[in-house]
Amino acid sequence: MKILLIEDEPELAEVIRDSLEKELYLVEHAPDYDSAMEKVALYEYDCILLDIMLPGGSGLDILEELKKESIDGNVIIISAKDSLDDKLKGLGLGADDYLTKPFHIAELNARIKAVFRRKNLNGSNQILTGNTVLDLNERTFTVDGELFSLNRKEFDILNYFLVNKNRLITKNALAEHVWGDHIDQSDNFDFIYYQIKNLRKKLQSSDAKIEIQSIYGVGYKLVEL
Amino acid sequence: MLDEIHDSIDDGLDNYKLLIIKRTEDDATVLQKTDFEEGNYTIHKIAESEALRMRDYFTDTLLYMQNEDDLEPVRMLTSAFKHGEDYYQLTVFNSTVEEDDLIEDLFYSILWLYIILVISIILINNVVLRKLWTPFYSLLNELKSYRIDKNVPLPTVTGETKEFKELESAVNALIIRARETFYNQKKFTENASHELQTPLAIISTKLELMLEKESLDPANAENIEQILQTIQRLTKLNKSLLLLSKIENRQFNEPSLVDFSKLVNQCVEDLEDFANFRNIEISVDKSANLTYLMDESLASILVSNLIRNAIFHNIPNGKVHIIINENSFQVTNTGKKEELDSSKIFDRFQKETNTNSGTGLGLAIVQAICKLYGFEVGYSYDREHCFEVKMG
Repeated sequence: MKILLIEDEPELAEVIRDSLEKELYLVEHAPDYDSAMEKVALYEYDCILLDIMLPGGSGLDILEELKKESIDGNVIIISAKDSLDDKLKGLGLGADDYLTKPFHIAELNARIKAVFRRKNLNGSNQILTGNTVLDLNERTFTVDGELFSLNRKEFDILNYFLVNKNRLITKNALAEHVWGDHIDQSDNFDFIYYQIKNLRKKLQSSDAKIEIQSIYGVGYKLVEL
Repeated sequence: MLDEIHDSIDDGLDNYKLLIIKRTEDDATVLQKTDFEEGNYTIHKIAESEALRMRDYFTDTLLYMQNEDDLEPVRMLTSAFKHGEDYYQLTVFNSTVEEDDLIEDLFYSILWLYIILVISIILINNVVLRKLWTPFYSLLNELKSYRIDKNVPLPTVTGETKEFKELESAVNALIIRARETFYNQKKFTENASHELQTPLAIISTKLELMLEKESLDPANAENIEQILQTIQRLTKLNKSLLLLSKIENRQFNEPSLVDFSKLVNQCVEDLEDFANFRNIEISVDKSANLTYLMDESLASILVSNLIRNAIFHNIPNGKVHIIINENSFQVTNTGKKEELDSSKIFDRFQKETNTNSGTGLGLAIVQAICKLYGFEVGYSYDREHCFEVKMG
């Protein structure tokens, strides 16, 4: 999988690249408008991470160019501007997603995976891990072909863990992803712990060959057994 | 004025006296005239001693006048002269002004003058001055209703009066300066918040990556985790400030008809897990349909901030009760058994406790949204805390 990262802030570009390389993606970096235009014209990418405010031009112009040349870029906009206008403009110009800085690495991973899944959709939309199948269309979870019921939030949590397999998900990232902005108070950690405990119990009782591990008490990661 | 008239008459009488005395030298019959009759003088023979004692003197007196058939005021000169060896007394008179008539006439003239003056002043004031000052008052009215935060055209002066034109340009220069300062200040929070996003993204992403390292020892990991928490708070704070300044800068302009009961249900559903976890019971009472034409994301923030507050500042096993009426909604919750300071709770960074969780901006955002749409938001306490939003 080849990803083009268009981001002018070198330090941010570096950490994003590090993180993406952990997922074994091939990452190329364009730090400004001109080099970005050159790269999208010359090469083909599976996904483009696009910053809007760039030296030399606007990311939205790059998006327009892609649309004009009908290049299938699978663009995710990453912008410091949480502006509805930009969002609507970007999505209207064919971007797949819009992520506001600062974001959690796990969130970026999830968005990229979602883009890939949509791209390689062959009728089904499933995540296969170990002996488990998470069907995103049917919203079902099966272990060894046997159906297990999960409630809405448990399904969302498991989905988030599965797309971030072997990666750390901080409690904050999880809370934000599953409960949105609604839970931002200090006691959310006990709450998340409680939710994870329930999910773990379900996974154990289902003989799933996946496990959610605690990492330093900071967060969790899902591993295949 | 009367003195002047007397003086003039006196001169005439003096002159007349001399003429008569001169005439007596030519015509002795004149000396026989002891009554006024057709002439304006009388001559009486008097004793020498009396004549020598006498000085010329003027008197005002009344005499019967044939033409007026009445006593009229006259000026009378009494004098003495010597003719041959004899002494005579001469009395000359001249009719003088009728003082009361004069005063009356004068009074009326002055009265008329005064009335005409007043009428002219009123006319000039009302017609001419009003017309002259029209541009001034129209400018004044424009200034009274001028709001610097609204992008309306600058006030203008009609007409060509130089002074008013100068006033207009001075006022406009002032408004432009004030407006610039106002916008810069408003933009500052927004720009600062935007500029903070990228550095925050770098720090938090780097730390998250660092935490993934297997080699990290638990104590370091805990430190990093604490830093991440702090950054998280900073990020939330930054986002809230950004939202607040966006609301105040009126950057939300996607009004649609918002159904509040739907919004409340959605919000309750989102928070259900958390409420259940803390054993808080949420109930919703809907007595009417509440809809309003406003930005949907703001409506959602308004509702969710209030409900979130009610859940997070609640006690374990507490209750949250939401009532939706025709043009208001209420969120009531159990909580601390004391009234909050209603004059302060909507201010920025007013936290009831020193828990480091909230941003202290939740209710400030609620108030900013209400202000934007002209809603009225109030707090009351009657064993339970109650927040009510009334829509116009």
